[in-house]
Amino acid sequence: MNENWTLFMRNLRDFWRAFRRNKLGLLGGFLVLTAIIVAVCAPLLTPYAPTDVIRDANGRGMTFAPPSVHGPLGTDDAGRDIWSQLVYGARISLTVGFLAGFIAMFVGSLLGTLAGYFGGRVDNLLMRITDVLLVIPDLPLMLVLVATLRQMDLHISPLAVLIAVIGLLYWTSTARLIRSQVLTIKERQFVDRARAIGAGHAHIVRKHILPQIMPLIVANTVLVLSIAILVESGLAFLGLGDPTKPSWGTMLNFAFDRSAVANGAWWFYLPPGFAIVWVTLGCVLLGNVLEEMLNPRLTAHHLEGDQNMIAIPKQRVE
Amino acid sequence: MSLVTIVVVFVINFTLFRVLPGDPVRAVIGRNVRISVETQQALREQFGLDKPVFPDQLFDTFGQWAQGNLGVSWSLRRPVSEVLMSKLWNTVLLIGLGQILAIILGVFLGLMAGWKRKTPIDVAALTFSLVAWAIPTFWLGIILLAAGSTWFGLPTAGIVNPENTGKPLITILPDLARHLFLPTLTLTILYLGEYMLIMRSSILEVLSEDYILTARAKGMSNWQVLWRHALRNAMLPIVTLIALNLGFTVSGAIYIETVFSYDGLGKLFQTALTKQDYPLLQGAFILLAVSVIIANMVADILYAVLDPRVKET
Repeated sequence: MNENWTLFMRNLRDFWRAFRRNKLGLLGGFLVLTAIIVAVCAPLLTPYAPTDVIRDANGRGMTFAPPSVHGPLGTDDAGRDIWSQLVYGARISLTVGFLAGFIAMFVGSLLGTLAGYFGGRVDNLLMRITDVLLVIPDLPLMLVLVATLRQMDLHISPLAVLIAVIGLLYWTSTARLIRSQVLTIKERQFVDRARAIGAGHAHIVRKHILPQIMPLIVANTVLVLSIAILVESGLAFLGLGDPTKPSWGTMLNFAFDRSAVANGAWWFYLPPGFAIVWVTLGCVLLGNVLEEMLNPRLTAHHLEGDQNMIAIPKQRVE
Repeated sequence: MSLVTIVVVFVINFTLFRVLPGDPVRAVIGRNVRISVETQQALREQFGLDKPVFPDQLFDTFGQWAQGNLGVSWSLRRPVSEVLMSKLWNTVLLIGLGQILAIILGVFLGLMAGWKRKTPIDVAALTFSLVAWAIPTFWLGIILLAAGSTWFGLPTAGIVNPENTGKPLITILPDLARHLFLPTLTLTILYLGEYMLIMRSSILEVLSEDYILTARAKGMSNWQVLWRHALRNAMLPIVTLIALNLGFTVSGAIYIETVFSYDGLGKLFQTALTKQDYPLLQGAFILLAVSVIIANMVADILYAVLDPRVKET
């Protein structure tokens, strides 16, 4: 094991010790983990396929059956089991969200590291791009992009279009964060020393800078994930999902379009939303706690007594 | 910088319009209109489509857009700019009301939360903003729509009742208020949390400044310190965030207007999307993007005026 990575592992262990004590962080981890387990174990959790029509004794499809009549969450307008759709929808929502989130995280970390490390023109260009992306309203831009891409006969699935568009638009905050961290790290003495003994750029970035920013990347990824899942649900609600592979957002699109509200079918429009909140809340809690622990800014608070002048102890960075 | 961003928006729009399959002439006059080959040729020349794409067509199009000529909507058969202008004020009304309420409540609650850090007020405020952040806009809209229409008999669609359209504004105010209530509430709840969080962290930062300690040492009361020293400085980030948030608010308006069938730009955007009305979609995008960019520019200038520490370099 390389020395830096041992250091990283030790940081990780310290970190887990501190994390275990944080109730909100644990709650977030629990919410995210349960959602992933449900998505993975979907077939074990329900006897029906999401497309199966539930029929009554006379063989007629049961439309808008309330939970009291059929299974834990009732049926939709076509008589399909909502719980099954929810459980299988987790696969679609999480897959799209995670893939898009990882693309955003990868692009953001890569560009952020390059910009921070090399500075100069690369840095300038990247910052201008993020400035531009920051002010263009994101949803209209995405809607125009997705609509055009779908019209172009590219023979890629609607979900892939969503993943690409979300992934390639939400890397800017990650890039800025990583850049600022790399800027401070590269000024440290150990980087100068490594350079003095003849280490190349690739070596310095890989062995000295990456292990330092890795925890931050992890924390940020979790936050970006929650954004990706929320955005996916929104685009799917506006009808840009894949109707044959319904995510939670697509379910809400169906529920809204097929007047679940007017029919009082709360079991149709409430559960998918709860599922989305479950996962995004989990990611936000987890991500915030991670960020707070890894990126502590000590601030004194002069309107409080002495007891709060000292905040959480600083996480060891080196 | 704002100009660069506007140019980027134009270029994105121009490129997207060109990569669409099919003849651009069709894109201008609609897909199902029968016209002769000669007319098509004449149209090509009229729209400058016989010239090279770059630079002639690009600059031509930019010129048209800059003059507010955004083409003709396929589905409505009216100039896009005319359609947009007819819906603009409805959206401005909705966003404006929601934002003002969210800012006032958010600043106040954020101030309380930051001041009373780690008390139940703070915890409640933080929990609220976290949950508000995690809730999809359209889902909250659907829930409020269901609750409001079932339990309070509030209208589920439109801006005024059909029989009231066209009557003078003053006579239909109560009806308008009933229709605006739920969409505005949704918008306020969702954006309140964000302002609250920003205000809270901003006030925490300000409270750690030495001049606050000095003010305390002079014997000022907590309220005096908050009002005279902390609030004004802590409000500064809010100015930038109002403008930055405008982008998110525009996104929120698209969802909310869709859910409440509120006849504004967001609903129009969604309709253009489902009807694949590209000129309308792109025109709406240009209008929304350019307004947000200009708002940001104004906020930057305002910030420099309000905060003497920021000097234009």
